Amino acid sequence: MTALVLLEIEHGEVRQASRSAVAAASRFGDVDVIVLGEGAEAAARLPGVRNVLSAASLTHDLAEPAAALLAAHTSGYSHVVAAASAGGKNILPRLAGLLDVQPIPEVVEIKDENTFVRPIYAGNALATVRSSDTIKVLTIRGSSFDPVSKEGGSATIQTLNAPATEDFSRFVRVELSKSDRPELESARVVVSGGKGMKDAEHFKLLEPLADKLGAAIGASRAAVDSGFAPNEMQVGQTGKIVAPELYIALGLSGAIQHLAGMKDSRVIVAINMDPEAPIFRVADYGIVGDLFTILPELEKAL
Amino acid sequence: MTQIEREEMEFDVVVVGGGPAGLAAAIRLRQIAPETSVCLIEKGSEIGAHIVSGAVIEPRALEELLPDWRDRNAPLRTPVTEEHMLYLTPHRAINIPALDRVMPHMNNHGNFVVSLGEVCRWLGEQAEEAGVEIYPGFSGAELLIENNRVAGIITGDMGIERDGTQGGNFAPGMILRAKQTILTEGARGSLSAHAMQRFGLRKGVESQTYALGIKEVWEIPKENHRPGLVQHSFGWPLDDHTYGGAWLYHFGENLVSYGFVTGLDYANTYLSPFEEMQRTKLHPAFRKHFEGGKRIIYGARALSEGGFQSIPRLSFPGGVLAGDSAGFLNVPKIKGTHTAMKSGMLAAEAVAEALTKDTTEASTFTALVKDSWLWSELRDVRNIRPAFSKWGMKLGALYSGIDSMIFRGRTPWTLHHPHADNETLKPAALCKKIAYPKPDNKLTFDRVSSVFLSSTNHEENQPVHLKLRNQSIWRTVNHDVFDSPESRYCPAGVYEQEQDGTEWNLRINAQNCVHCKTCDIKDPTQNIEWCTPEGGGGPNYPVGM
Amino acid sequence: MTMKVLVPVKRVVDYNVKVRVAADGSGVETQGVKMSMNPFDEIAIEEAVRLREKGAATEVVAVSIGVQASQDTLRTALAMGADRAILIRTNETLEPLAVAGLLKIIVEREAPGLVCMGKQAIDDDMNATGQILAAKLGWPQGTFASAVTIADGRAEIAREIDGGTEVISLALPAVVTADLRLNEPRYASLPNIMKARKKPLETLDAADLGVDLAPRLTIVSVAEPAERKEGVKLNSAAELVEKLKTEAKVI
Repeated sequence: MTALVLLEIEHGEVRQASRSAVAAASRFGDVDVIVLGEGAEAAARLPGVRNVLSAASLTHDLAEPAAALLAAHTSGYSHVVAAASAGGKNILPRLAGLLDVQPIPEVVEIKDENTFVRPIYAGNALATVRSSDTIKVLTIRGSSFDPVSKEGGSATIQTLNAPATEDFSRFVRVELSKSDRPELESARVVVSGGKGMKDAEHFKLLEPLADKLGAAIGASRAAVDSGFAPNEMQVGQTGKIVAPELYIALGLSGAIQHLAGMKDSRVIVAINMDPEAPIFRVADYGIVGDLFTILPELEKAL
Repeated sequence: MTQIEREEMEFDVVVVGGGPAGLAAAIRLRQIAPETSVCLIEKGSEIGAHIVSGAVIEPRALEELLPDWRDRNAPLRTPVTEEHMLYLTPHRAINIPALDRVMPHMNNHGNFVVSLGEVCRWLGEQAEEAGVEIYPGFSGAELLIENNRVAGIITGDMGIERDGTQGGNFAPGMILRAKQTILTEGARGSLSAHAMQRFGLRKGVESQTYALGIKEVWEIPKENHRPGLVQHSFGWPLDDHTYGGAWLYHFGENLVSYGFVTGLDYANTYLSPFEEMQRTKLHPAFRKHFEGGKRIIYGARALSEGGFQSIPRLSFPGGVLAGDSAGFLNVPKIKGTHTAMKSGMLAAEAVAEALTKDTTEASTFTALVKDSWLWSELRDVRNIRPAFSKWGMKLGALYSGIDSMIFRGRTPWTLHHPHADNETLKPAALCKKIAYPKPDNKLTFDRVSSVFLSSTNHEENQPVHLKLRNQSIWRTVNHDVFDSPESRYCPAGVYEQEQDGTEWNLRINAQNCVHCKTCDIKDPTQNIEWCTPEGGGGPNYPVGM
Repeated sequence: MTMKVLVPVKRVVDYNVKVRVAADGSGVETQGVKMSMNPFDEIAIEEAVRLREKGAATEVVAVSIGVQASQDTLRTALAMGADRAILIRTNETLEPLAVAGLLKIIVEREAPGLVCMGKQAIDDDMNATGQILAAKLGWPQGTFASAVTIADGRAEIAREIDGGTEVISLALPAVVTADLRLNEPRYASLPNIMKARKKPLETLDAADLGVDLAPRLTIVSVAEPAERKEGVKLNSAAELVEKLKTEAKVI
């Protein structure tokens, strides 16, 4: 069996989530990858990749030509895999529609070639599903699979002729967020503050730490209700649901409503004065102490 | 303030509140006067969403309302098979013998353990089938008063921002005009309170007294489930001067209803009804029922306990009070569903008559109640709850036995409720602190994780619906004298006292509110204002509650 | 010029409800819990109604696929401003592939200029129906939309992508899927709920539409996520950074 992985390239490198997709796909057998636009060379250096299919002439990842191109090259593949990123979730279900198969999104565990585990109800339940489709189209959640490294492989590169783009979908422009801070829901690292941040002024102390880690900033409902942070920063049941690689909770007790919004993070760090705070029950690493002392130390140590 | 333009709709009858009383009233109306247009509004997001009850119900009123309830698949599926009344000491439980004679009101033969939320959902279906228009998710915000009579109600505005201004999605409340308005809001309803005050309905009757019921539903392993088992307890962990006790019912598919009622006339400011409820589960007589189980729902609601002595005038120009809005709960029986339904049905009959005769006030309602079993039932047990306040739990229980066994409720005297519940707290300096065990997160839990299981939510940006009328009174009375009782009696953790340097403040987490109304009842100076929040907010109790 | 907007809506467990995995692991308990319109679909309805209010569309048709009670969800859509509704009745739980197949039949019948739908349902979290439908129709797609502008037979869509917004231009007819920030849906007000009772609602049977509805995925089991285990307490920030670098390998 052979899997085809759709890669995403950023600043000339294969995105980490795509490298996780390669790692996941290698469970099925040989791995070929496909790159839309530039970046075939970076893809060829990924360990474990056999062939790189390069469609360099596709300059934008519009779903229509991308899915059409993929559909034209799926013969011989048992699985088509991508990261569950905005791009993967845009293109792969369309491909599934073209192939008349049911896609399997946000896979967090591979049981066997046909059987996958995926979260439903915002992660409040995990469904194990078995697919009867001949080609499995799946997106995988990056935080659930350790990525392959960037270097070590030497795959062959095969150039594809991309289909002529039709005018029915046109790229106009892209506006990247002006702030250097990533979006809360897609950030790799989230630094979150609770009522223990004391007031809005002290809450700002999270910014230098977030800058250092390239992290988004979140807040508990209590912190939002107290006016330390705006509503859109709220993480939890009634706010945003996040699952970053690293979640650092500072002065945040970990009310169950909050835990519901971040418990799927890969690594959780808690810093809190109160050793009984429920956040420690879910944290991989905890420090009990005054966060206003620890925060600057942490910044320095990074 | 600018005048808000409101749409209007006219009905013969508007019913406020979709509990057993309101639904029974609506159904009865359509049965006896099928041409009557009936609109029922409910502040919960759906019928049943705000219903909390034990519940063991007596099918008497249901039998009268819908004699074919069995054929209609009514969710009364677990008949009571076994019952125990336990007197608890810290480590032991004494089974009260000959229960049917000592406490005849506790005889549950022929009764059913139900999820009252499920029964109400079913009643809602029956009502819709009977032609009642039901609108859940809309609260009654104000009475529409014209020419000294109630002429309907105004539903709550939606989309008001936290600062009180109209947001982009502002949707003004609607005027629902009615020839007669039936108020069935449950204990301490806000429109009922307004009607009682406006028309002097409480003149000459005793203060209403209340209790707080806190409930959990557990799912337990099938092999431990004994459907129909009913267990009540009194004694530990409450002291002899505090009225209350626990219930535990096995029902449905491997479900256990567990709960605790605390009389809100308690005196010790350090008492926490929530923690009394939690720790009672640790008693050997209760603990075994939860083995291997999982807590799945949590909720709380105040109930009226004043009984017979506290029933107000039931009709007023343009409307009536029924169910727990009026206070028809039978305390010794620990049942209010059959009385609520019966009062709703009688209200419907009186209202139908008023509509036919075109009179403003359905004044025959009181006479109908007095001629019915509802009245004699409540009259016969009128002394039991006050006896507990007067003489404590043990002597109260003894009195209750004598009153029931010897006099069969026909005593020539009537005991009184001496105080309103907000007047009974003692200053903190005179109270003994209570050391409650820490939650073990298996059997016992904290408030926040409990509220989570009530699926409570309020739209985030609406104005806070719980307010202190006077900030400084909280500091000088609640904090300085009583050491912030609201932080203990609120079962949802809405109130927290916070220290900021030397200053103390009250933090109000209004979003957690499960609409139990305890703060509105128990605050010593009645300084907490409970406004009706945006419709659809509050708990979302599922079937099982 | 007339332009119809078709809005598929799904009846799901209300987002406030804490879902519970059934004891036998067959799924999630949906009996007796509050059901509501999928929140992303509310946003889609709102967008469609706004397009009609702005004059960019002439009619909004809501369609739902599910049990008879899904008509309550359609009534909500009508109360929010949809002009009429279609219920495709089925008691089966359908996968996005089958749902897209049924919607394709409705699209062929109704010939809308735009299908506007939620990006995903909050029950199965598939995030696929819109894309599959677009593929089956051969239409362009604008997924995860945060802004929609209709002009000159094209739709300009601002899309939420990782780290920013992408703007694309699609020839109509097209499929658009709504993300959270597209708009804030209005309330279904009481007067409008009352009026919605009188708006037309047509009912069809899914089985009569000639679409293969057989599931491609078998649910083996549904489980609660494993509870996280309590980790280790550290003594200093330096120790924490060390662990994050060498043990957890996240920085």
